[in-house]
Amino acid sequence: MRRHMADGAGAEPAEPTPVDPAAWSCPVPLQDHDRVILGHGGGGVLTAELIEQVLLPAFGTVEAAAPGRDSALVRLERDVSDGAVTLAFSTDSYVVQPLFFPGGSIGDLAVNGTVNDLAMSGAVPLALSCALILEEGLEVAVLRRVAEAMGRAARAAGVTIVAGDTKVVGRGSADGLYVTTSGIGAVAAGCQIGPERARVGDLVVCSGPVGEHGIAVMSVREGIDFGTRVASDTAPLSGLVQAMLRACPGGRGEGIHALRDPTRGGIAMVLCDIAEASQVGVELAEPAVPVPDAVRAACGFLGLDALEIANEGKLVAFVAREVAPAVLDAMRAHEHGRSSVVVGEVTGDHPGLVVARTALGGSRVLDRPLGEQLPRIC
Amino acid sequence: MRYLDEFADPSVALRLVEQIREDATRPWTVMEVCGGQTHSLVRNGIDQLLAGAVEFVHGPGCPVCVTPLETIDRALAIASRPEVTLCSFGDMLRVPGSHADLFAVRARGGDVRVVYSPLDALGVAEAEPEREVVFFAVGFETTAPANAMAVVRARELGIKNFSMIVSHVLVPPAMAAVLSSPARRVEGFLAAGHVCTVMGTRQYDSIVEQFHVPVVVAGFEALDLLDATSRVVAQLEAGEARLENAYTRAVGRAGNERAQQVLDEVFEVCDRTWRGIGHIPASGWRLSPRYRDYDAELRFDVGDVRAEEAPDCRAGEVLQGLVNPDQCTSFGTTCTPRNPLGATMVSSEGACAAYYRYRRSGVATSAPAHG
Repeated sequence: MRRHMADGAGAEPAEPTPVDPAAWSCPVPLQDHDRVILGHGGGGVLTAELIEQVLLPAFGTVEAAAPGRDSALVRLERDVSDGAVTLAFSTDSYVVQPLFFPGGSIGDLAVNGTVNDLAMSGAVPLALSCALILEEGLEVAVLRRVAEAMGRAARAAGVTIVAGDTKVVGRGSADGLYVTTSGIGAVAAGCQIGPERARVGDLVVCSGPVGEHGIAVMSVREGIDFGTRVASDTAPLSGLVQAMLRACPGGRGEGIHALRDPTRGGIAMVLCDIAEASQVGVELAEPAVPVPDAVRAACGFLGLDALEIANEGKLVAFVAREVAPAVLDAMRAHEHGRSSVVVGEVTGDHPGLVVARTALGGSRVLDRPLGEQLPRIC
Repeated sequence: MRYLDEFADPSVALRLVEQIREDATRPWTVMEVCGGQTHSLVRNGIDQLLAGAVEFVHGPGCPVCVTPLETIDRALAIASRPEVTLCSFGDMLRVPGSHADLFAVRARGGDVRVVYSPLDALGVAEAEPEREVVFFAVGFETTAPANAMAVVRARELGIKNFSMIVSHVLVPPAMAAVLSSPARRVEGFLAAGHVCTVMGTRQYDSIVEQFHVPVVVAGFEALDLLDATSRVVAQLEAGEARLENAYTRAVGRAGNERAQQVLDEVFEVCDRTWRGIGHIPASGWRLSPRYRDYDAELRFDVGDVRAEEAPDCRAGEVLQGLVNPDQCTSFGTTCTPRNPLGATMVSSEGACAAYYRYRRSGVATSAPAHG
């Protein structure tokens, strides 16, 4: 039906075609919608129109998402030995406001976030799904910009968006649009990375300056000007992780014990998680953590701690001391790891706790942030 | 970057630490009044570096912590009204009232919003004339001028749907109360720099005279605090009691006179109950009769609100510098930032929260001063 009408709307003078009563339905006049209406989520013509005209061209995955299929097929063509396949599988929902912010958009986050979650298991991302919840009244141009950002991010990460779903909820029932992406990735045989695998003696490596994403979003959300523009660091880290794995003896990441991307809760959160999961102590050299001046200024102004601010394009790695130099070299040679630096080490003291050594030589316990970050009064 | 690196230079800091340690012939007990200073001291580990030479006790200078439970309960009642949009600084949202906090009110459908300035709240009132916008005006002299300006602007703009819950408190009467306590331990003060930017240093003359105690106005960076501490110790060692200003880049003797004029016009001095400390005469500000029609507590009758504190909570003694947080048996056990018994565990400026965050492990609590 849809094709029939799409053809009918074309400019070519078509031969009169015989009417097929079985295919006939009420000819809803196709029109260009500049805003999402409830019917776009109804699963009918309007939904198909949205998918074909907005999403698929932006994602660039027309043939993978063959029309009429209820599920996408993903072929594993990568290194799978011994008959055992380890897949990484992750899902995440994105509700950020505003939808666009310096350095990126909800679309970039939706792809990079899930790609990075896969990468932190050492996986090569294979395929993503994308579920959209749209609020009635959303401008289609906004959706198109988000979808195009997703397509660009997916291409940059070398991953394909192969399945999706679109729902529309009434005005006021959502905040513009929400995106949920799920992803699968293949883990090379022999690669074992996990938060419980940190060992005493490991060095803690951070792939670059922290706090940019959280401050970028906060600055536009709250309309606060910090003097310098801070842009989100959103980036796919799968390439960086693969470079790190290859730098290890054997090329499969032996010596890289734990990887995490410090999103909400910042590096404080992931260091605490790993210290607890591995039951080791972490000594963080606070002055070694790279914090951009603008992030520091914003944190001072708002009473926040840069170590607790979200990042979307950084990773923290726990690496065996003997392989750390090679891993660091590989990181610094990669575009998303140029400023990689050792920020701490793992100790047998105070298992389960992270202790930060301050610039003055004092120390403090680093804790997980409690919940929402609350700017203080004065 | 200016004012970030210069005032955290480790080599200068360590020289100051050495100097203080050399000067101190015995351990001195110094109170930093402001919660922001408490956090800076603990975050930088300064209290540990000076252990044995200076014991810091943490003052009542956290506005969230000293706001009385009744006031919180009244704010919760006002925020629960369907016509009200309550705007607050973020810190206040998690402070427990008797039965709930502002987050819980919001989850139940109350319109509670975080703002960074009272003028933002006034902007909400202007943009949404059908809402009754209430700003929760807490704080010391530091936040008071902006709050005062909000009602002045509201009157100028003829905005009627704006009011404030005013719970302002004043630093000098609190310092006098601490010094008048029979259990007084405090031998010298680091005065809160930001309060002084508004009120000037001269407001401490009478305290220095009356109680013969050194008062040094201090900033908030590591070097500010170390410099001010070294001056307090030098005075104590010399048997002197003077007012000194170690925060001259922000503070003058007279303070911000324009701000003081606005404060005089909008507020009048009143008695206040300080959470955990009790009644202190002439220790707060309320709206003056001229601006009383912006008083949310008069505009919204929430009845007689009475509240009881958790019996195990020693926040009062903490706020008076009588005990340090880790001397309380509830600390870190039944009282944590997630389930706070008292406000000192809630606010990012509260002394208990600072201790919980930075001082929980065996390694980090080894300083003898806080044994």
